[in-house]
Amino acid sequence: MVNAMVDVETRPSEAQIWAWLDEVPDPEIPVISLVDLGIIRDVAWAGETLEVTVTPTYSGCPATSIINLDILAALRERGLEKIELKRRLSPAWTTAWISQKGREKLRAFGIAPPVEGTAACGIGALETPEVACPHCGSKATRRVSQFGSTPCKANWVCNDCGEPFDYFKCI
Amino acid sequence: MSDALFEYALRMGDNCLILGHRVSEWCGHSPALEEDIALANTALDLIGQTQLWLGLAGEIEGKGRSADDLAFLRDARAFRNLLLVERPNVDFAHTLVREVLFDVWHFHTLGALKGSSDARVSAIAEKALKEVSYHLQRSADLTIRLGDGTQESHDKMQAALNALWPYVGEMFLQDEVDAELADSGVGPALGVVKPLWDGDMRRLLDQATLKWPDIAHVQKGGKAGVHTEALGFVLADMQFLQRAYPGAKW
Repeated sequence: MVNAMVDVETRPSEAQIWAWLDEVPDPEIPVISLVDLGIIRDVAWAGETLEVTVTPTYSGCPATSIINLDILAALRERGLEKIELKRRLSPAWTTAWISQKGREKLRAFGIAPPVEGTAACGIGALETPEVACPHCGSKATRRVSQFGSTPCKANWVCNDCGEPFDYFKCI
Repeated sequence: MSDALFEYALRMGDNCLILGHRVSEWCGHSPALEEDIALANTALDLIGQTQLWLGLAGEIEGKGRSADDLAFLRDARAFRNLLLVERPNVDFAHTLVREVLFDVWHFHTLGALKGSSDARVSAIAEKALKEVSYHLQRSADLTIRLGDGTQESHDKMQAALNALWPYVGEMFLQDEVDAELADSGVGPALGVVKPLWDGDMRRLLDQATLKWPDIAHVQKGGKAGVHTEALGFVLADMQFLQRAYPGAKW
C-alpha cells in the first residue's frame, strides 16, 4: 500500500495532468486530443485521489465509454492509481469549447471546423454557414445533409474541387 | 415527490427508448442514403437520452436498477411511453409525421424542463434540447418539403397525419404525476406546452399545405402502462437477447 500513497509534495501538478490529457487522442477523430475537444472540464486533487471531470459531447455518442477508459489508461500509465471520473452534464458541451489548435488540426485532417453561432434552434430555415472546403479552401461549398458519419458531423461537398467532406456542426 | 419523479423520468426515458428503437428500424432501409444516416443519428441521440432519463429513474428508485435493467427487463405494462411513439413505421410519411408530432412536443417540453427546480432534470433537458433542436429542424423541414411537394408525397403525408392524429391528444393529457411535479417546479407548469405545440403545428401545416385533421377522439393509456399491441412486438425484438441470455455483455 505504501506505493499507492500519493505524496502531496511530489504528486504531479494539475498543469502536468492537463498536459498528459492533451496527449490522449479522441477515439473517433484521433488527430485532436480530448483537451482540444473541450470535454475535460476540470482536473483537481481531492486528497490522494485525482478527480477528472468529463462532459459528454452527444448523449448517445458511443465514444464516451471509450474516452473514459482512455483517460484512465493514460493516467495509470503515468503511475496514478486513484482516479475518479466525474460526469458533468451541465453546462452542456458546446463546440465553442474546441480549442483553436483543435480547429486547425480538424481542418488539416479534412474536417471543416464548426462555425459558431449556427446551431439548430428547432423549427426554422436551415442556416447555411460559410464553410471553407478543408481540401482546397474554396468557400463555394454546399450542405448535402445536416447529419453525417458521426452525431457531431454534417455532410458537405465542395463545388470547386468536387470533394465531399465532413463539417463539424455547431452545437 | 420521488415516486412522481421516478414515474416522470420513466415516461421521458421510455418515449426516447421506444421512438429511438422505431427509428433505428430504418437503418439500412431508408429511401435515400442521407435519410438513412439522419435517422440512425436521430435514433442514437434518443437512445443516449434514454440512458440519462432511465439512469435518473433508477437512481431515484434506489433499488439498484440500472438504465439497462429498466430498458431490457420490464414488461409492456411497466412501460410509460406515449402510444404515438410505438406506432409502426408503416412508410416514410408515417415515420416522418410521427417524428414531427413528437419533436415539437419534445422540444417545448425540454425547453420547460430546462428551468426545472431539480438540477438533475434541468441538466438532462439542457443536454437533450441541443440534440432535439436538430431533430426538429430536420423533421419540420421535410414535412414542409413533402407536404408541399408532389401530389403523391402530399397525399401520403396527409394520410399519415390523419392516421396518427388520434395519438396526439395523449401528449397533453395531464394526470396527478404531472400536477405534482408542476406544483414543485420540477416539471413543466400545467398547460404550458400545448399552446406552443398548437402554434408551431398550425404554422407548419399551413406551410406544408396540409390540413389540420378534424379528428377529436384521443387514444390514450401509454402513460399509465396500457399499450397497443405494437409495443409487445417492439419489446420482443429489443429485449430478446437479455431475456434469452440474462446478463449477456457486449
